[in-house]
Amino acid sequence: MDHSSNDTESPEGRRGFLRCMAMAGAGTLWLMKGGVLQAHGLADGNAGTAAPDATFSFVQVSDSHIGFHKEPNMDVAGSFRDCLARATHQRSRPDFILHTGDLTHLSRPEEFDTVAQLVRDSGAPHTLYVPGEHDVIGDNGAEFFKRFGEKQADGGWYSFDHRGVHFVGLINVLNLKAGGLGFLGPDQLAWLKKDLASLSASTPLVVFAHMPLWNLYESWGWGTDDSAEAMTYLKRFGSVTVLNGHVHQVQQKVEGTVTFHTARSTAYPQPAPGVGPGPGPLKDIVAGSLKHYLGVREVRHVRGAQTLAIAEEALA
Amino acid sequence: MRMGMMASALALAWMASVSNAMAAKATPSASVPGPRVEIQNFAFMPKTLMVPAGSKVIWTNLDEEPHIVVSAGGNFPNSPGLDTNDSYSFTFVKPGTYTYYCSIHPMMVGTIVVQ
Repeated sequence: MDHSSNDTESPEGRRGFLRCMAMAGAGTLWLMKGGVLQAHGLADGNAGTAAPDATFSFVQVSDSHIGFHKEPNMDVAGSFRDCLARATHQRSRPDFILHTGDLTHLSRPEEFDTVAQLVRDSGAPHTLYVPGEHDVIGDNGAEFFKRFGEKQADGGWYSFDHRGVHFVGLINVLNLKAGGLGFLGPDQLAWLKKDLASLSASTPLVVFAHMPLWNLYESWGWGTDDSAEAMTYLKRFGSVTVLNGHVHQVQQKVEGTVTFHTARSTAYPQPAPGVGPGPGPLKDIVAGSLKHYLGVREVRHVRGAQTLAIAEEALA
Repeated sequence: MRMGMMASALALAWMASVSNAMAAKATPSASVPGPRVEIQNFAFMPKTLMVPAGSKVIWTNLDEEPHIVVSAGGNFPNSPGLDTNDSYSFTFVKPGTYTYYCSIHPMMVGTIVVQ
């Protein structure tokens, strides 16, 4: 695991650090105070003291693609199992796990069965899911929602409060339009606006969905058509953390008090934006290095300090 | 005679449009190969395909990612999820312009022009 520590007091230093992290993308504890990120190495002695009063933590896993069986990963079940073990056995046990979609590769019932079995066998805490586009093939997600949905609203989106933080799970992989990107749709946006309306601006928000909620690379479909509308509801809050999957790599962006993070896959990496002919599996990786590209994300909440500390952890 | 020439011209048009895709796969056969669309690197090739009415168009997915062929106007049935090397076909009887896309990677758009 790589470690780094940076002075991020100034906005310039912070942006520079973000640029570095977008490229290196591994092994740093992120501490957010009032929308400003601070970095701490995971094993340089800071990590333990960076969030000593953390009230709880949770882990994000993403893009397990159960059913994929090609290079560079012939055993996506095994690597998902490894990631779940890492997620479950953090220093402090996470309160829950968020899976940000593409549980399966082809939405097949036996693939969903395997996901459920692996999560159950790992001893993971309560796990919440949002679908990726691979989970809604052929049936608009009926099988996914039946097995893994929260069943709060007809559209499958949901929210909950956990120890002072408001969490929102959004669906942006259905009703996609020809030539478009991810899509939230007017019904979901109306629900989101109403869901947030009664919250005070000091409530920390965590918003999660499969496809990036900012336009990371449109020609590869890495974005959401109507995410800008959602952002107008989020920007009044002092601390907003947006967690996405889909791109199989760590990418970050800061926009006011909103920080966007995409996650590693537990199955296989994809190329950096625009590198190569398309966003398929990255196959030409150095032999034996796959685990450097796979991993999980731990998020710690510190009560009162309005902070979320984010740590990226590769499998190796 | 006139009809025959038109049919020949149309046949030439679609043969030209698919010649690149067909070149590597052309095999001598008693049956006439249908017009093909290959799906590779998250794109339909060719992006626009001209075919005479009655043509059976065959899509084949060469990507490791699954794709789905969906008519933008609901004018022909959706394909199932196509895994690597899976194919889907539809016979276009009525002339017209059929725009389609991949419903899980909607930036992928193609057009079949049936004449």
